Amino acid sequence: MTISAQKVAHKRRRTSLARGRSRTAYVLLTPFILVFLAMLVVPLVYSGYLSMFKRTLVGGETFVGLQNIISVFTDQRFLEGVGRMTIFFVVQVPIMLGLALFIALALDSGRVRAARASRLAVFIPYAVPGVVATLMWGYLYGPDFSPIAQAFKAVGLTPPDLLSSNLILASMMNIVTWEFVGYNMIIMFAALRTIPLESLEAAQIDGAGQIRTALSIKIPAIRQAIMLTLIFSVIGTFQLFNEPSLLSKIAPNVIGTSYTPNLYAYSLAFVNQDPNYAAAVAFVLGALIMTVSYVVQLRGRRKVSA
Amino acid sequence: MSPRTHQPIRAIAVVTVVGALTLAACSSDPDTENSSAEPVTSPAVDDAAIAEAMSTPTTIDFWTWVPDIQNEVDLFEAEYPEISVNVQNVGQGGEHYTKVRTALEAGDGGPDVMQMEYQYVSSFVLTDSLLNLKEYGADSVQDQFVPWVWSQVSDDAHVWAIPQDSGPVGTLYREDIFAEAGLEGSPETWAEFASAAQKVKDETGSYITNFASNEPGAFLSLLWQAGASPFSFDGSETLGISLNNDRSKEVVAYWQDLVQNDLVGVDPDFTDTWYQGLANGTYASWQTAAWGPLFLQGTASDTSGLWRAAPLPQWDASAPSAGNWGGSSTAVLANTDAPIAASEFAKWLNTNAESTEMFANEQFLFPTRTEILESPEFTSDELEFYGGQRVNEVFAEISATVDSDFQWLPIADYVFGSFNETIGAAIAERGDLLAGLDEWQADVVEYATAQGFTVVE
Repeated sequence: MTISAQKVAHKRRRTSLARGRSRTAYVLLTPFILVFLAMLVVPLVYSGYLSMFKRTLVGGETFVGLQNIISVFTDQRFLEGVGRMTIFFVVQVPIMLGLALFIALALDSGRVRAARASRLAVFIPYAVPGVVATLMWGYLYGPDFSPIAQAFKAVGLTPPDLLSSNLILASMMNIVTWEFVGYNMIIMFAALRTIPLESLEAAQIDGAGQIRTALSIKIPAIRQAIMLTLIFSVIGTFQLFNEPSLLSKIAPNVIGTSYTPNLYAYSLAFVNQDPNYAAAVAFVLGALIMTVSYVVQLRGRRKVSA
Repeated sequence: MSPRTHQPIRAIAVVTVVGALTLAACSSDPDTENSSAEPVTSPAVDDAAIAEAMSTPTTIDFWTWVPDIQNEVDLFEAEYPEISVNVQNVGQGGEHYTKVRTALEAGDGGPDVMQMEYQYVSSFVLTDSLLNLKEYGADSVQDQFVPWVWSQVSDDAHVWAIPQDSGPVGTLYREDIFAEAGLEGSPETWAEFASAAQKVKDETGSYITNFASNEPGAFLSLLWQAGASPFSFDGSETLGISLNNDRSKEVVAYWQDLVQNDLVGVDPDFTDTWYQGLANGTYASWQTAAWGPLFLQGTASDTSGLWRAAPLPQWDASAPSAGNWGGSSTAVLANTDAPIAASEFAKWLNTNAESTEMFANEQFLFPTRTEILESPEFTSDELEFYGGQRVNEVFAEISATVDSDFQWLPIADYVFGSFNETIGAAIAERGDLLAGLDEWQADVVEYATAQGFTVVE
């Protein structure tokens, strides 16, 4: 056999192998693709279709094209909700991710005693279902008999009304932070564990201390993981629903039906019985989240390459 | 279902045709075929048709949240062995109606018979979703019911549901706190109530009551009592909305004083703070419906024996009146395959002596049938929590004074939701309640107009 014949045979074997492999890949992917189509693409197309009609209780359904979508952009309730979530994002997300990063670095430094137990302790709130967490915090925030109010009263101070319109957003930020610090910490911690020991040793030999190592080696090394948590936070923030929905039971006059964009879409569909406009709101919200996520990602990449 | 008026794309027509075929296929269920042949618009069915329907094997789906209602259903099934009733609890409140509406949209999978609160009846009338029980002999049971309750489910030409329970509103109050404030019993007029509020605050530090900032049902029952009918509905496209009519404004101005002078609480009800307030005497009374006494007994058990029941304070003591808060009825969906059997079931459930006694005395649903309201077994019940008072008797007498004219809008969900963000918010902030009332009116009118109704303010 000549060398070229060998090559051809080799090549043939490789293509048939590749073909076999790609067939296997498709077979393995089928369940996902089916579910993806049935549960995501079809509903998405359907709600896009829905959003192009206007249905009133009297008069029935009429085709309005993009009019619903356009009116979302001037809908004050929607814009106020987005505004609230923007404040939420700007204030809460840095605090949450900063805390998560700090704890992850602390645990990674190996200087924390009972590291495993502490890691679990920080993570546990994430394991508590959001609904339960909100109900629990709702109780803690109560203006009269909650432990927080009692503590203030015990030292002779007037307890702040954590459920008032001034403080409710901060109260909600606190719940979300409490819930998700552990989750983000685990992602960052896992990334920290993958940093090659050589670079850490090198830093040590160069005389870098813990703080210097963290700032110059560890954080740049896990930038991708941090970006990931940031993207999750963008999505989570703009889709906030459980917390306001549950807190509205105990602060019904502070949290209205359009407090967050997601809550607004829900109320439109199920209280106002207007699934068409609700679909339009959901679409615009989805597009907004995608845009913000994309911008965040783009900025993140630029920093990495710089 | 509301008429569909779009027709631009051919595809949609195809979908509609397919949908119609599916509907047609669904409605020819073999075991109920004979009754489904009965057109909805037929005149009153005769006894022979009823007898035939009730001896034909039929299954009725019944969506309800009433605990232990299976007991009454068992009685029905024992009397009509061919009819089997499939009881399902799909959730209470909004969830229940959302699921029924979803099933109606889908054209399949919904119930034949459903639990229906009075304020929701008209929203299902609007979408032509209910069977007119008048065509199925509902007139024959009308005189068994308290007239005002009957007017909640019917008009001249229709009966949309058979009443089950009701919630005429009275007062539950702490006798000990009232006595400490130098009051003998509950004030008879609202004017006395206002001065009593000052006394209770001065002498005991308690609020005479809590004016909940999130309870449109209770708020509307106060307007109802005052005869300030804010709503009307012609059954098709015209809504009368006057939440800020002169009479309502008087009622709201009255509460505005109490709220602004810090004489009543403004906490949202059915919250931790509120439960505690009832249990520890922060609120010395609760203006509540006939289902309230039993509820309170469970919530504030430590204060047993200290509470008493009385009618609401009156605007005009010589002509006592009351409103209603809560209660529900049994309605039959227009798309049922078994209209006769379903109608007979709805009637039987709420008029049969054994069934209605069971509702009243075992499930403690406040009755709507005069016979039960007057029966000694019901009225003579003495409750220890209320110092041995015959509380049912008090509320039975209140029920006789409820005004018959109060109507609901077919957009009750929106009206209720909007309350919290307008006048409810004003109550919570001890702000301008009258401005809040105007906002509520404007918001509801805006929504109704956008939904295509002709609004008469």
